[in-house]
Amino acid sequence: MSDLEEFQAKTKNWLEENCPKSMRKPMRNEFDACWGGRYCEFSSEDQKLWLQRMGAKGWTAPEWPKEYGGGGLNKEQAKILKTELAKIKARPALLSFGVWMLGPALLKFGSEEQKKQFLPPIVRGEIRWCQGYSEPGAGSDLASLQTKCDDKGDHYLINGQKIWTSYADQSDWIFCLVRTNREAKKHLGISFILFDMASQGVSTKPITLISGKSPFCETFFDDVKVPKQQLVGTLDRGWDIAKYLLTHEREMIGGSSDGSMGGRGIGEIAVSALGANENGELVDSALRSKIATAELDGWAFLLTMERSKDEAKAGHGIGARSSMLKYYGTELNKRRFELLMASKGLSALEWEGEASNDGQLPRQWLRTKGNSIEGGTSEVQLNIISKRILGLPDPKVN
Amino acid sequence: MALVYTEEHEMLREAAKGFLKEKSPVTEFRALRDNQDPLGFSRKLWQEMAEMGWAGILIEEQYGGLDFGFTGAALILEEMGRTLCSSPFLSSSVIAATALRFAPETLKENWLPKITSGEAVIALALEEGVKHDPAATSMTAEKSGNGYRLNGSKSYVFDAMDADGFLVLARNSGNPGQEDGLSLFMVDSKVSGLSSTATKLLDSRNYAVVTFDNVEVSGGDLIGSVGAGLAMLEPALNAGRIGLAAEMLGCSDQCFESTTEYLKERKQFGQIIGSFQGLQHRSAHLYSELELVRSAVIKAGQDFEKNPEHAGMIASLAKAKSGEVAVLAANEAVQMLGGIGMTDELDAGLYMKRIRAAQELLGDYAFHANRFAKWRGF
Ligand SMILES: Cc1cc2nc3c(=O)[nH]c(=O)nc-3n(C[C@H](O)[C@H](O)[C@H](O)COP(=O)(O)OP(=O)(O)OC[C@H]3O[C@@H](n4cnc5c(N)ncnc54)[C@H](O)[C@@H]3O)c2cc1C
Ligand SMILES: Cc1cc2nc3c(=O)[nH]c(=O)nc-3n(C[C@H](O)[C@H](O)[C@H](O)COP(=O)(O)OP(=O)(O)OC[C@H]3O[C@@H](n4cnc5c(N)ncnc54)[C@H](O)[C@@H]3O)c2cc1C
Repeated sequence: MSDLEEFQAKTKNWLEENCPKSMRKPMRNEFDACWGGRYCEFSSEDQKLWLQRMGAKGWTAPEWPKEYGGGGLNKEQAKILKTELAKIKARPALLSFGVWMLGPALLKFGSEEQKKQFLPPIVRGEIRWCQGYSEPGAGSDLASLQTKCDDKGDHYLINGQKIWTSYADQSDWIFCLVRTNREAKKHLGISFILFDMASQGVSTKPITLISGKSPFCETFFDDVKVPKQQLVGTLDRGWDIAKYLLTHEREMIGGSSDGSMGGRGIGEIAVSALGANENGELVDSALRSKIATAELDGWAFLLTMERSKDEAKAGHGIGARSSMLKYYGTELNKRRFELLMASKGLSALEWEGEASNDGQLPRQWLRTKGNSIEGGTSEVQLNIISKRILGLPDPKVN
Repeated sequence: MALVYTEEHEMLREAAKGFLKEKSPVTEFRALRDNQDPLGFSRKLWQEMAEMGWAGILIEEQYGGLDFGFTGAALILEEMGRTLCSSPFLSSSVIAATALRFAPETLKENWLPKITSGEAVIALALEEGVKHDPAATSMTAEKSGNGYRLNGSKSYVFDAMDADGFLVLARNSGNPGQEDGLSLFMVDSKVSGLSSTATKLLDSRNYAVVTFDNVEVSGGDLIGSVGAGLAMLEPALNAGRIGLAAEMLGCSDQCFESTTEYLKERKQFGQIIGSFQGLQHRSAHLYSELELVRSAVIKAGQDFEKNPEHAGMIASLAKAKSGEVAVLAANEAVQMLGGIGMTDELDAGLYMKRIRAAQELLGDYAFHANRFAKWRGF
């Protein structure tokens, strides 16, 4: 047996023994998702157990080094783990900005102490992180951010406001972009800093979304004191870290949906909702061809995600290509949800009630509209592709 | 298998690129067109390609071939698409070579070495209507002694003029529209009763109507069993579809590259037009689509190489997606070039015409999307 085959066999066994049965079903709603953190209320004993076991093994962050609590797996092993998890339809043990975004940035830019302090609690799901990037005056033009961070000798003092901070009210810590130099060019006066959301002077105010939920907030900082060793990387050079983190965020958002609900394709869902003719074809032929197009694109896109990973393995970094994945993946996801809504017809409009699980589908449909905004809008991704990949000149500003 | 090319593949690509750039740049294709060359390709060039092993790239070594694997063939087609190279590679070395894999030994011995050496060109005589539809075949194959008598006519047969043999799908029972009752034959073009009349299509390649008037073939010319010809032809069709997808990827990529270069040179309103966001975003979108096409083409090539009899769905994905994006690439090229994009002097129009034909051959977007949907259960 090759090493990988042995790894696969062991993984399969371990999952068989350790993944609770109730964790092997698709999530029904957001309460089934586990984000960990100090305020985490587990929806079941199984959910807690599943997180503890996966966290202890480091498999919530399979490719991080073992010394920081990660799984220490190589890319091949990580792929096997992913496949085995998918085979038993296991729910993710943990959803985490820490794993998706902050971790990779700390691994690259953090000091040894910072890695030791912050990474293991992320893996175990003990500390939940939020992202303090956007401000009312700095959205797409993120580098124009104004939140002040002043050097007070033995600590930093932070004042300002962030907006659209996802889950700020439920998070323990924040990774935050702040202005540490007002004289320098806008990209060269930004620093990347970490602090506890329980610090004196931090307050949050939830914002209700079109989906009726309030997953994000306005976040205010009023004389927040932050220890100096919590600044990551070099002072004033946080922009490089911010951008690196964004490539991870974009890849994650672009690939976060496989467009299927509980493993079923849209076509199949439409057939069960609307029926098929004697040839087994969806009765609504115009809808059928739209779904076929979306599914063809969906497959080609999944292959592209896979190819990007394979290329990264072969040593070609994905860099600006994450913008392509983000752009295409999120636009595709919006198309798919339009088609899912159409497939369910009038019943897709139900907002409250048991049949629709309190409007699960329409709320998700609305939420996908944010995919092409968060992490940098589609237009911004197209700008990045034009400039960085195609080498087209910057548009002239009138 | 990782969705990346191996070093061996990259070497083949470089070799193909170098060869085609030197021997078969777009100007060569243009010259063939302007001279109204009856073949639409150069037999001498084809001979050179055969000497490099391309003609037998999919053929087993015992018949003189390289048996290099399908991904290699797709790479060559992609590079051919880039320079609009015209050759019988797709017909002879991809489609026929694949079909003959399933043929009786005597047929293989008869044809494969000649395909490999470039001596024989084989074309696929399939279509009878204006849309790709193998099951609609009505040409008849009646039992006649130990063999069969073929009657009927095939149109839009590419690489037909000067072909030495034809792969022919004909009906021995049942009615047009039925997938059963079809048989696949390998027919020598010199048999009596067979005639070809050239058809001029927009892409200036070699097409013909091939008529079979009481053509007698022997039982030994049958590939696979009687009545199961369509299933027998399916791998060859899929090889052709993936091949066309690869060729169109080359065409699209080349169109896109030249257009992007033009956007960096042309000035209007005192600015490089490539700085206009209206053009940038469309270019970036097309770039993204091309990435999807490349993934589908690589995957289809790999899957076909592994298991040629079960690559139908991935072939449909590749053919549909590549055709759709190629049409977009050609349209965007002409549009972004502006007035000069409409001129015959620029190559964009040549690409547009090649793409128009390639996306129609062996099934257009609707054909493959429909097949894909059926496989996916809707
Ligand atoms: C669901 C959701 C979750 C989010 N979570 C977080 C979070 O956790 N933390 C955080 O910091 N932020 C978060 N954001 C904020 C997000 O990053 C910003 O909304 C985004 O960067 C866009 O900024 P904006 O909203 O200010 O829009 P604007 O920048 O004002 O853009 C408005 C429109 O103008 C377009 N536009 C802007 N500039 C250009 C240009 N140069 N060329 C062409 N078009 C342009 C945009 O594409 C957009 O269509 C979240 C957003 C959403 C929707
Ligand atoms: C069939 C045909 C017949 C014609 N007949 C005549 C005629 O009888 N008389 C005559 O005088 N002319 C004629 N023309 C010329 C025609 O008017 C020009 O081709 C047209 O104005 C475009 O100019 P251009 O070709 O220089 O392209 P360019 O201006 O170089 O444009 C190239 C590309 O850049 C884009 N672009 C340019 N500026 C911008 C911008 N600010 N923002 C975004 N995109 C931009 C264009 O849309 C185009 O896609 C004809 C053209 C054609 C194709």
